[in-house]
Parts: sequence; structure tokens; C-alpha cells
Amino acid sequence: MPPPKSEVLQGTLDLLVLKTLDSMGPLHGFGISMRIQQLSQDLLHLNQGTLYPALLRLEQRGWIVSKWGVSGNNRKAKFYSLTRSGRKQLEEEAENWSRMSAMINRMLRTT
Amino acid sequence: MHELFRSLIHRLAALFRRRRLEDDLGEELRSHLEMSVELNMRKGMSAEEARREALLSFGGIEQTKELYRDQRGLPIIETTLQDLRFGLRMLRRSPGFSLLAILCLTLGIGANAAVFSWVEGILFRPYPLVTHQEQLLAVTGTARGESGPTLTSWPDLLDLQRSSTLIDSFIVTKITGTTLSIGDRAEVTTGSIVSANYFDAIGVHPILGRGFEPGEDVGRNAHPVTVISYQLWKGRFKGDPQIIGKTQRLNGVLHNIVGVAPEGFYGTFVGWAMQFWVPASMEETFESDGYKLEDRGARWIESYVRLKPGVTRQQAQQEISGIAKRLEADYPETNRGHGIQLWPLWQTPFNNARTLLPTLETMLVVVVFVLLIACANVGNLLLVRSFARRHEMTVRLAIGAGPGRLLKQLFTEGLILSALGAAGGLLVADWCRHALVLLFPARGGVAMHLPGEIDWRVLALSAGVCLIATLLLGLVPAAQTRNLDLAGALKSESAAVVGGGRRAWIRSGLVVMQVSLSFILLVGAGLLLQSLQKIRNTSPGFSTHEVLDTAVNLVPAGYDASRAQAFQDELLERVKSLPGIESAAFARMTPLSYGSFSSTPVAVDGYQPPPEEQPIVPYNEVGPDYFATMGIPLVSGREFSRADDEKAALVAIVNETMAAQFWRNRNPIGERVQVKGRWMQVVGVAKDSKYESVREAPKPFFYVPLRQNFSRGASLYIRTPLSPNTMATALLREVHALDPNLALYEVITLQEQVDRSTSPQLVAVTLVGVLGGLALLLSAIGLYGVMSYAVSQSTRELGLRMALGAGASNLLRLVMSRGLALMALGVSLGAAVALGLTRLLGNLLYKVSPRDPVAFGSALLVMTLTALAACFLPAWRAMRTDPARALRD
Repeated sequence: MPPPKSEVLQGTLDLLVLKTLDSMGPLHGFGISMRIQQLSQDLLHLNQGTLYPALLRLEQRGWIVSKWGVSGNNRKAKFYSLTRSGRKQLEEEAENWSRMSAMINRMLRTT
Repeated sequence: MHELFRSLIHRLAALFRRRRLEDDLGEELRSHLEMSVELNMRKGMSAEEARREALLSFGGIEQTKELYRDQRGLPIIETTLQDLRFGLRMLRRSPGFSLLAILCLTLGIGANAAVFSWVEGILFRPYPLVTHQEQLLAVTGTARGESGPTLTSWPDLLDLQRSSTLIDSFIVTKITGTTLSIGDRAEVTTGSIVSANYFDAIGVHPILGRGFEPGEDVGRNAHPVTVISYQLWKGRFKGDPQIIGKTQRLNGVLHNIVGVAPEGFYGTFVGWAMQFWVPASMEETFESDGYKLEDRGARWIESYVRLKPGVTRQQAQQEISGIAKRLEADYPETNRGHGIQLWPLWQTPFNNARTLLPTLETMLVVVVFVLLIACANVGNLLLVRSFARRHEMTVRLAIGAGPGRLLKQLFTEGLILSALGAAGGLLVADWCRHALVLLFPARGGVAMHLPGEIDWRVLALSAGVCLIATLLLGLVPAAQTRNLDLAGALKSESAAVVGGGRRAWIRSGLVVMQVSLSFILLVGAGLLLQSLQKIRNTSPGFSTHEVLDTAVNLVPAGYDASRAQAFQDELLERVKSLPGIESAAFARMTPLSYGSFSSTPVAVDGYQPPPEEQPIVPYNEVGPDYFATMGIPLVSGREFSRADDEKAALVAIVNETMAAQFWRNRNPIGERVQVKGRWMQVVGVAKDSKYESVREAPKPFFYVPLRQNFSRGASLYIRTPLSPNTMATALLREVHALDPNLALYEVITLQEQVDRSTSPQLVAVTLVGVLGGLALLLSAIGLYGVMSYAVSQSTRELGLRMALGAGASNLLRLVMSRGLALMALGVSLGAAVALGLTRLLGNLLYKVSPRDPVAFGSALLVMTLTALAACFLPAWRAMRTDPARALRD
């Protein structure tokens, strides 16, 4: 029996998206969702639809930009890429996240 | 913060590119799904399976789009725009309803905005261009034994200014007038005698030349300079750019024009626009009774103070009273019993702020009533429509609109209505800005200047009224949606004429409120009307018909006293020899005219005034035959004759009240009275008459011969049955025969004079009457609406009653009695409130009790007739119900 899938933690989706764009370069929405699911080894249940409002939010804040382009199999798609302020945001968020998770780990271990 | 701002910009921008962004989104999601399907097919699924799987892992497309849209734009703005569009569509769909509603609100809000603009422009910020009007206070004197405020003297003001630490400046401004010839006609022009600091202290800077310089208000006739108004400059001097340094004869003295006031500055007197200003040193040229700048006993000045920042009126008053006390001790001769009082601008006693204050206060209450009545009408209309829209509302609820969303929609519709009403209302207010003036007669040919002021405060208040109206309007249908239930909406409902359901209850409640408010207004209008009649029927103590009043202004033409006397004698002879003239006389002041009589301390042999009190009595300077011409009877003694001239012994005539107060039971004839250090012998006692106001109580008054106290600015009274116009022509011919350069003032009857003095009363009656009538009309519409709706909703019941044997007259009675019951309830509520409220009319009422049964009775009569008329049509329709059809349908 496969392990139960967990929902994406509120607020972590942004971080995942930024990280994906950082490591993969410009990518369309479908690509981003595939990549996140792949990396989570299918442990994460991602409703692909929720990705789009998140992408829009990141774009509105100036962390990513979008451009229409053509995908590998010649399909028109919107490509997202990280901006400089997005990269800075990613660093900050990643650091926050490691601090937070380290702390939670410590707490879980000590008790 | 930076990111939030950026995202707000994005979202705002998105509002304007919605269609493109929507296409973008559709395409993006489509491309996502296609890629997903493709991948699934590559994994070996059938086309159908691949598609199903793709949709599944995507989650709902429409939900995603909704979430995306919320993130993209600003949902609050978008739904509001949606509501606005929908609301406008609804209004367009029923234009009759919309027009009626907007008209009601326009009248309601317009009445409010108009009165606000009057209150602002006449009471609170009456002087355009004057800076920081909230720091200005009016200054008057007080005198023991005198109920009203008195004026102040120049030396007193100088001392106050020197000793005060809390007051920034004293600003003297005494209204005066002169005659200017414009082309070949003479025009009466109003101006002000001011202190030299005037323009600096009020913060108004002449656009050409200068204001007055320090020291220009010192010295007897020492500085003949004048600043003229913008209108005078444009009108009389054709906007001459070289005007500074030119001269203008004012009251016979050449004045140097040193400045032109800016456009839109009308001086500092509520009621008239000032055309010129002269420094106080020129006072003698403009005031008829001599040089007064060094006379502490001459109280003639109207003035304002500007407080230093942060000082309250109470603090300033305390300091001023202290100084006035010192002056009393230092100058007991002139100042015993005299104090100084400060007033907020809106209570200024010496201009028309005082005359209009009670009327405007009343109007503020009245317009709130009118607004409530208008809102109730529109509320009723909305209620009817909300029944019609019950279906729509139910459907909206059923497909998932929350009650909050529904409320927002209803309030938005209310807001559209009231915003349109407010826009119309402001237009109405703008038209009404100068309407007050129309109700006042011009005096001496000079129209009054009482502009409303629509500034941001008035706009803000009107917006507030509009919001309140919106809330009131929204409440009605909102209360309605609260008990919308989905299942019940399909059931048919019919209200009963008699019982009535919950909704009928709301509607009836609104009508009861309207009726009671209108009733209160009717009672108020009735009381004011009766007061006006009482005032008009009060005898002023002199003949008002067949006595004409006019004047020839000799001062501007440069006449000195002896020339003026010769002219007056000659003119009197010529007038008396005209056909149809019974008698004619000169006197300095016309009773019940705008100006105030001179007053003077008097002393009488054998009369001991109460301690600390100085009896002050007003007087008039009158010529021979004055009493006969005016029709004031003499109780005893004789009237002045031509023999009472400057060479003869000084004499005086006292009125009955003065005789009773100073001589008790003795006969005053032959006794002496001391006035300004001169002893005069009393030669007659005249009957009391009215002097400054028809409403005044009898007060002591005396007369001295014009010849012994000469004034060049005397008025002429002529007893004749001829009409004023006929007389004016003949008179002008005689005047021009003597001196073609002289100008004649308007010729009016004394009745006209009396009527003018009661015009504030007329204004109050007219305004309350017009608005009361409006309120009555609105209420009648409301009552009619409720009754005819009730009838149309209860056709079945009416049909049933008919079928069971009720006759047409029964039905008529049924409907009429229901309408009249609503009215009776409203009237009793209104009467209860009116009994408490009409006392507030206080000062506007004259010899009428605020509980006057005639006013209440006639209001009841008018209300009943109106209700009968409003109910008759619906009742008649009920009578004609066809029972067969009513039951079949």
C-alpha cells in the first residue's frame, strides 16, 4: 500500500515553485507541477489547478515573470522564470524554512 | 510593503484588461490540460481515460478560474462595479419608479443642501476671502437696564485694544451709505467706516493699490482715502487700470482712491455687499450726528475681534469684562453700567445674521423632516419593487449568493438612487443660493446680498445626508430579504386590506411616520402664519396708509447745514402747495426702518434712577407737523411748530411710557428733562408707537425739534391720498426745480416700510410653508401608494366580501377607514411631538401660543382632506372590484 499523500502545506507552494524555477530555468505551469510531483516522489498531492493563482501571486509581487513561448512538442505555453528579486526571496524563504524545520526537528527529538 | 504595493498596481491594472487576461487564462489552462492529456496517452491510456485523468489531477477548472480571478483583480471593486452595473440596469428597466424615487430624493437632499449652504454662507462663514473666520467674534456693548445689546464707542475700543492680551486685533466696521451718480441716475451705495487695520486684520489684500495705513483712522477728517470694491471698479470705473490716485466725491468730500478690493470680497456685513471702505477718521462725513471719535458716550460702532490662536471666547470675554469694569471706574460719567460682550459670528446682533438665525434654525429641523418623508416614500417604492423582485432574490439565494452579497446589492441600488438624488439636490441648492434675497424687498433701491455658500463643508454634509438616506433606503428591502425563504417564495401570497401581514405593517409604519412629520410641519406653518397675521395687524401707532416716506440726500451733494435748512424749508413749502397734499414734515429717522435711533442718557428733576443704572432713552429729531403727518396722536400739550427753532428755548415731546416712568403721577408738561447736558422743557406727551420693531414692547421715547438738533440726512413724510408713483414724479420735479443735481430716494408708503420690517417673518412663513406643502404632497403620494397597493393585492379578499354580500359602499368604507386610521394614528403621533416641538419656534412666534388650537385644528383639517383625497381613488377602485373575476383569478 502506497503511503498516504500529504496536502501541500499552506505557504510552502510558493517556496516550491520558486525553487523549481531556480533549478530548472524557465518552465510552463504544467512543467512546474510535473517537476514538483516528481521531486516529491508522488508523496505530495498537488491539485494542479491551485498552482495558477499561486503563479499569479508570485508574478504580481515581482518574483517571477511570464512570457508566451513554444514548448518542446511545439505547443503554445506560458513560460515562467525567476527574477532577481525572486531569487533573493527564495534565499530568504529557504533559510527561514531550514531554520523552522530544524527547530521543529529539535523539538520532536527532545521530547 | 514594496511588494504589496506592486501587487496592488498589478491588480488595479488588471481591472482594465479583463477580457485579454481572461483569454490568456483560458489559453494557459487549455495548454496545460492538453499537455497533461498527451502525457497520459503516452503512458498508454485511451484518449478518453487520459482526458478524465488529466481533469481529475487538475481539480475543478471553473474553481481554479474563480480563484485566479479573485487573485488577479480586486474582488471588492469588481463586485461593486458589477452591482453598480446591475443596479443601473434595474433602474433603467423601470424608469417611472426611478424617476419618482430620484425626484423625491432630489427634493429631500436638495432642501437639506440649500439650507446647509445658507447656514454656511450667512451664519458660519459669511465673509468670503476673510481668513480664519472661526477666530472672529462680534463685539457689542451692554447697558444695565437695556435688554438688547448696544453699540460701542471709539475711545472704549481703543482702550480695550491697548489692554487686551488675548485679542489679536479689533476690527471696526460700521455700515454706512452714500449716493453715487452712475451715468445720469443716482444710486445708493453701501460702504463701511473701518479702522485702519481692517484689510490686514481680515487678511484681504487689495488687487490694486493698498489697504489703509496705520494712523489713517486718526484725526478729524484727516485722511480722505477710500478702497473701492471690485464691482464698483468694474462697473462705475470701467475697470480703469490707472484708478489708483484718482478721486471720487463721497458725501461731498473728495476721496483719494487708494485701493481696489479683490473680486468676491463683499465686506463684513451680513445682508449687504459693501462697495467702498473709508477709514474711521472720515466718520463725521458719513455719520449724521457729528464727530464721535473722541466722545466716549457716543456708541455707534459695530466691530469684530480676532482672537489670538488657541484663545476661547470665554477666556477673551473674561478679560474684556475685566477691562470694561476698569473703564466703568475710570469714566463713570459715560461708562457707568456699560459692559462689553463678545458673540460668535452666527449670533452677530448688528447685522442680518441675527434676523435670520431663528428662521435658519427652524429650517434645519424642517428639512430633516422633508428628507425623512422623502426617504419614506422612496422606501415604500423600493418595498413594492422588492415584492416584485422576490422571485429574482430567491433565485439569487438559491444559486449561492450569500445574504451579505444580496444586501450589498440592495445597498448599492440605494446608493445609486441617493447619489443621483444628491447630485440633483446640489443643483437645486445651487439654484437656491440666491433665493433668500428674492424673499426680501430691496431697501432704498439696494438689493440685499445673502448668498449661500457651497464649500467642501456643505458638500461633506450633503454627502453625509446622502449616506444616511442610502442606509434608510437599503434598510427597507434588507429587512425584506431577511425573511425570504426559498420554499415560501413559490407560495402565492395575498395581503388583506384590514389585517395586513408583516410587510403591510412596514409600509403602514412608514406612512404613519410621513403623516406625523407633515402634520408637525403644517402646525408649524400655521403658527408662523398666524404670527405674521398678528404682526401685520398690530397697529404700529402711526398711520400706515396715505402717508408716504422718501428722502433727498443732501450730504453727498455737498450741502452744509444752513443750505440744507434753507432747502428743506423751501421744498416743504413747494410740496404743501401741490394738489392733494394734506400735510408734510421732515424727521431724521423713519420708524421701523433699518437704522437705529440715537439714544442718550437722560436726567429728570425729581427722578432718582435705580443705583448703578443710567437711564438711556432713544429719541428722534422731528420737524413741525410731524405728529399730524404721521398720525401719532398727542395725549396732551402741543406739537413742535416753526417757532421751535435754534433761537427759541429747547423743548421736547415725550411718549406716554416715558412720562409714566419718569414723572409717575405728575403731569410732565412744563417739567424739565436733561439731555447731553442741555435742559429741555417738555411741551407735549405723544401716544406710544412702534419705533424699531413691530414686536417690541412699549418703551420710553422722546422727540426733539429738528431745527434744534439739525441733521442734513432727514427724511420727508407726506400725508396724501396720491399713489407713491404719482407723488414721486411730482416730487422729483419740485426737487429738480430747486437743484437739478439732487437725487430722490424711492417713495414708499409707510405700510410698505412696516411690511419690510417684518420681512424676516415673511421669509420664515414662506420657507416653512413651501416645505410644509412639499411634505404634504409627498405624504399624500405615500398614503395613496400604500392604499392602492393594498387594494391591488387584496382583490381576492374584496371579491370574496362582495360575493358574501358586502355592498360597494361597504368596501368603500372599508378602504377609506383603513386609510383614515393610518392618518389618525399619524396625526396623533405628530400632535404629541408637535406639542413639545413648537416651543422651539419661540422667537418667531408673536402673540401666538405654541399650542394654539387654531393652528392644530387647521393642520388636522388640511391633513384629513389630503388623506381623503389620497384614499378616495384606491377606495373607488376597490368598490369596482368584479367579484366573479377576482375569485376566478
